[in-house]
Parts: sequence; C-alpha cells; structure tokens
Amino acid sequence: MVTPVHDLGAASVRFVEELGRLARFGANIAAAMLRPPLRIGRFVDELFKLGVLSLIIICLCGIAVGAVIGLQGYNTLIRFGAANSLGAVVGLSLIRELGPVLTALLVTGRAGSATTAEIGTMVVTEQLDGLRMMSVDPVHYVVTPKALAMIAVMPLLSTLFTLFGIFGGYVIGVRIMGLDAGTYMTSLEDAVDFENDVAGSLLKALVFGILVGLIATYRGYTTAPTSAGVAAATTSTVVIASVCILVFDYFITALWGV
Amino acid sequence: MRRSSTRDFIVGLFVLAGLAAVAYLSLGVGGVSYSGPKGLLLVAKFDEIGGLKKRAPVVISGVKVGEIADIALADDYRAKVTLTLDPKLKLPVDTTASIVTAGVLGDRYVSLQPGGDDHLLAPGDQIEFVESAVILERMLGKLIHNTDVGGSKDNPSAKEKATAE
Repeated sequence: MVTPVHDLGAASVRFVEELGRLARFGANIAAAMLRPPLRIGRFVDELFKLGVLSLIIICLCGIAVGAVIGLQGYNTLIRFGAANSLGAVVGLSLIRELGPVLTALLVTGRAGSATTAEIGTMVVTEQLDGLRMMSVDPVHYVVTPKALAMIAVMPLLSTLFTLFGIFGGYVIGVRIMGLDAGTYMTSLEDAVDFENDVAGSLLKALVFGILVGLIATYRGYTTAPTSAGVAAATTSTVVIASVCILVFDYFITALWGV
Repeated sequence: MRRSSTRDFIVGLFVLAGLAAVAYLSLGVGGVSYSGPKGLLLVAKFDEIGGLKKRAPVVISGVKVGEIADIALADDYRAKVTLTLDPKLKLPVDTTASIVTAGVLGDRYVSLQPGGDDHLLAPGDQIEFVESAVILERMLGKLIHNTDVGGSKDNPSAKEKATAE
C-alpha cells in the first residue's frame, strides 16, 4: 500500500526535476544566443540540414495530405450539395490544424531524431568534453545553432506544407472532380482570415519549433554515454516531442481559438 | 567547418521560398490588406442580421463589390453594419440593402439594390432602406404554430367522422 504511493511520489519529483533541468537548459540556450561571437555559419549549416533537406518530404506529404482531404471532402460535401465549399474545407483544415501539426511531426521524425543522435554521439565520443577542454562552450557552439535553426525552420516548412496541400486539394477538386477553379480559390480566400487563421497557423508552428528544438537538443545533450543511451535518447525525442506537439496543439487551439 | 557558397545560396533560396509562402498565405489567401480605408465606407442599420459575419461579401446583382468591414451594436440597439465597397461605385441615396442567404442554409451576405434617385451616397452615409435577415427557425416556428391551430380545428371534424362511422 505504501510502496506504490512512495513510487508515485518519487516519479513526480523526478518529473519536476527533469522539467526544471529542461527549463534551465532553455535559459542557457537563450543566454548563449545573445552572447558573442554569433555562430552565423553554424546556424546556416543547421538551416541547410534541418530545412533544405526536409523540403522534399514536406512538399510530398503536403501534396498527399491536401489531395486526400480534397477527395474525402469532396465525397462528403457532394452529399449536401456543398462541393463548392471544398476550397474552404481544404484551406481551413490545412492552415489551422494539419499544416503546423503534421509538419512538426514530420520534422521531429526527419530532423529532430537526427539532431538528438548527432549530439548524443558527440557525448558518447567525448567530443563535447573536447570542446570544453578548448574552452568552447558546447551549448554555445553545438546546441544553440541547432535549436534556433529548428525554431526558424518550422514556420517556413509549415507554410510550404500548407501551400502544397492547397495545391494538392486543387488538383483533386478542380482537375479530377471537375469543380470550377475560381470557385475553389474564392471559397478558400473568403473563408481564410489573416488574424484568426494564418497568424494562428504561424504561432502554432513557432511553438512547435521551440518544443522540438528544445526537446531534441536536451535529450541529445543528456544522453547516457553508451550506444544504448543514444538509441534511448533518439526514441524518447520522437515520443516526447510528438506527444508534446499534440497536447500543446490542443491547448493553443483552446486558448486562442486558432 | 568548411564554408560553401553553394550551400549558403541554397539556404538563401529556401528562406526566400518560405517567406514568399508566408506572404502569399497572408496577403493572397488571408486577405490582409483587402479591407483598407481606401474603399467607399457606408453604414446600414438592421433590426436583425442573422448570422452575418465580418468579411462577408456585398453584392449588386450577384456581383461582388465589397465586403463587411465591421459589425457593432448601435445606441438604439440595432445592428450597425459598416460596408466597404469599391470606391468607383456611384450609389443613389434610395439604395436598398438586404441581408440574404446563399441557398437555404448557406452563408449570409448583403445584397444592394440601387434605386433611381439623382443624389448619390457620400462616403460614411447611412443606407436608409434596409431589409433585415430572415431567420428560418422563426419562420418555421410560426409555420408550425399556425398549422397547430389549423390542426386543432381539424380535430373535431376527425372526431365527427369517427363518430359517424
């Protein structure tokens, strides 16, 4: 009777301690961001790795998701004689929900896991200790550019995903199902509002970028220095980041109604 | 780490493409600057606007000429609707504004019927002739109420028939 309660208490304390370490790690990144020298070159390298190399998967998945919403939406809307609102359905669901969330999940799998594995391997092979020995702060040199690049890349990728999705819905609705091109675009433009929809979409993508950037670098940085440790850290990045994205998505939607 | 100008260029292209996408989504699709102060602003007061929303279209003979800029409650507890229209429009003062529905359950929008007066509406003027929204539920309620009254009249005759048989 006492042991489970004891375990629960210990687990809660560990969880709060972990949250505290994560927050302190985030504060370290924020401080390192402002401290010269600015690692512009490292930042651009990370933009390339996280952003440009994720571009193909983002565009491909965007088109596929847009096309499937177009197909599902068309088949549902046609029953109510409302197939002309297909543009609004595709646009709103992509901009408000699917664009930021699916992009964040894809980037977590594609780039977040790689970030953790890279930093984790540096921990295992004592490269971070090497940096420290040369009195280079590993948070400043390795972690901060990765986290910042993740934050910068997420809104851009999310918007591209959304646009490619709208294009995918257009191909299905207009080219295959024979809706009028003008009707599709007008219904989309009439339904979408900047303040409520587009700004909310960018806000979500930014928050997800911060989440994934922080979790991926933190899990890499705190990897247990074994090969099993790298595997565990990579897995937990993907799991924790995915859960956080979906939970935070609910709260952002509930609080700001986007 | 070795710097490569090709890579920098590709990253630059990527950032530009991303920013262009954000700009298109904001300006093209989101319509950020459509309802600027440049349009012809007119005011109309309605007793009932139904489900009319901001940015709903304003049409003349079915052609879109503007949109709803603002909806507020006036001092006399009527709905004060601000329309922003194409500034090239010349509307007579006896123009009628009515709130109509696209289809049976579709979105509400405002339809203008220009009158024949020689005087034109100036920016900021109020449209005097208005037709409020028709609330389908209320009409249905009245209809059901009416048929209910008719039904109670019918009932005695039904009873008579039953007794006659």
